[in-house]
Amino acid sequence: MMTSMQRVLTCLGHQEPDRVPMFLLATMHGAKELGLDIETYFSRAQHVIEGQLRLLKKYRSDCLYPFFYAPLEVEAFGGRTVFVENGPPNSGQPVIGNQEQISSLIPPDVSRTQCLSRVLDTIHGLKSKVGDTIPIIGVVMSPFSLPVMQMGFDHYIELIHGAPKLFDRLMAVNESFCVAWANAQLAAGATAICYFDPLSSPTNIPRDLFQRTGLQIAKRTLAKIHGPAAIHLASGRGMPIMDDLAQTGAAVVGVSALEKLDELKKSCAGRLTVLGNLNGVAMRHWSARECERQVKDAIRLAGRGGGFILADNHGEIPFQVPDEVLLAIGDAVDRWGRYPLHWHEESLAEDAC
Amino acid sequence: MSLTTDNSRTDLGSILPKFREALETYDVPLAESLFQHALRLGPPMEIIEALIVPSLQRIGCAWEDGSIALSQIYLSGRLCERLVENLHIANTGHVNEPPRQAIAVLNDFHLLGKRIVHSMLRASGIALHDYGRVTVEELVDRVFIDKVDILLISTLMLPSALKIRDVRRALDERGTEIRILVGGAPFLFDDSLWHEVGADAMGRNAADAIQITRQWMGERP
Ligand code: B12
Repeated sequence: MMTSMQRVLTCLGHQEPDRVPMFLLATMHGAKELGLDIETYFSRAQHVIEGQLRLLKKYRSDCLYPFFYAPLEVEAFGGRTVFVENGPPNSGQPVIGNQEQISSLIPPDVSRTQCLSRVLDTIHGLKSKVGDTIPIIGVVMSPFSLPVMQMGFDHYIELIHGAPKLFDRLMAVNESFCVAWANAQLAAGATAICYFDPLSSPTNIPRDLFQRTGLQIAKRTLAKIHGPAAIHLASGRGMPIMDDLAQTGAAVVGVSALEKLDELKKSCAGRLTVLGNLNGVAMRHWSARECERQVKDAIRLAGRGGGFILADNHGEIPFQVPDEVLLAIGDAVDRWGRYPLHWHEESLAEDAC
Repeated sequence: MSLTTDNSRTDLGSILPKFREALETYDVPLAESLFQHALRLGPPMEIIEALIVPSLQRIGCAWEDGSIALSQIYLSGRLCERLVENLHIANTGHVNEPPRQAIAVLNDFHLLGKRIVHSMLRASGIALHDYGRVTVEELVDRVFIDKVDILLISTLMLPSALKIRDVRRALDERGTEIRILVGGAPFLFDDSLWHEVGADAMGRNAADAIQITRQWMGERP
């Protein structure tokens, strides 16, 4: 049997490993394991290390996921994070209250920012436990998507369209932060970086605007990150920009449940590994049978030839998803994900008859 | 002056696609001049009905099928809202009566979805209270005071969407007769969520919001 690391690396090389790799990207479920509320859980690296290790054992995921929450980066810029008892925290009032503040904005120093150090300590702690057997996935928000939280979505759209100089300046600050933050995570022991960039999705901005903005920013930023990267649209659509995403330098793309997995796989073939696309929000209600049907379907549509990692479509499993569902997903991958996918050939033959 | 003459209808028919394109490409001067031109063809409310409403509805639906991006909807909604506001008319159904429709964001620090829907409704001539970002208790109190009977709620996070259950429960306890229309990202990923939280309907986009709100306004006793 392969280790998770071997399985994932083979898959990224667009070859078939022993079975389809599965990334169960649970962040908050660790708090449940430790009997802590979400805010307390994320207040210490030790909690998250312990939480991630327990989840790994329980769900048999092929990676560790020391992602805390997206607003953490805005916290580093001086923002406030607002916690709720049954879900991910959100960033509070924007730190950039008016456009003029952008001129004097400076990127936080990664090595001296306490909230970021907690994540680095977590990665370091996990690495010392698992070594090179299991990939550890670090996370950054893209410089292009971060301002939605830094300044509010509406003001940011207005900035993009109305103040190109300030927009460029904000991107320069965010790029320098993003590169330093990603590289610090790699240095602490992360195997790869997941670059979340849902603003670049055609759900949010038109393709031509993306080609002038988000795409250039992703190319520049990923080129300076010293490790493999996944680009993730956080369940925003990606199909119309797949050719562009393939040029960013990312090895993996996170795809949405709103799009067809077989078509996504086809358009990525040989260029990008597809990560997705189980619907996390709907998953709350799935029966064991439904879990099996969803997993089998995803593997049937995208599993052949490697280049496919089964995961949820957002990069974070909602807190409300019960243990039984996550366990049933793991069982189904065990049952239907073993390469070679003989059953797949049979079901194709049946379809042909 | 009304749109009943064949000439004004033909003229508007030729303006409509140009206006829609001006909105989609955010060509502000062109959209403004086409709108001004249209205003010469009929009464303002009819021009809104014939030009703005169908344009915004099409743009709203096009987001759903992925052919139009959110930034385009936002900017075009705001632009139309401005055009309509400049006319100083608001169709509440009854002149001088405060509206009995309201819109709010529940708990989340994300106002854009609501802002888009609000702009689109206003640009379509529907006046409504805007409660901004509120908690369950604040929302219930305000709805009660304003005698609102059509409530639109926008959420971004799943836990906030689940809180709509509490809004429904509290309003039921007060015996308030109200219809709740919900929307926002979590509803787009789970078709049964609106039902689970006790709403009367969900809308997938701003076009749905216009259509359902209008329908409910028409069904009032
Ligand atoms: C872009 C994006 C981001 C960006 C910006 C998000 C933001 N606005 O703050 C970034 C990268 C920062 C981000 C971060 C996070 N995100 Co996010 N993100 C998205 C994404 C791709 C789009 C969201 C968005 O802003 N859309 C634009 C707005 C305007 O659209 P909208 O609100 O849906 O409104 C439209 C319609 O829904 C409708 N509508 C809206 N309201 C109403 C009301 C009525 C009555 C009607 C009829 C219609 C209607 O009309 C609008 C226009 O057409 C969605 C997934 C998706 N495909 O939608 C996830 C999503 C919203 N994110 C999610 C989460 C969890 C997060 C995080 C909490 C992750 C984390 N753990 O840190 C953070 C928190 C961010 C914060 N604000 O603090 C989840 C929320 C659901 C859940 N699981 O709880 C989603 C749905 C992903 C998913 N599939 O699970 N995210």
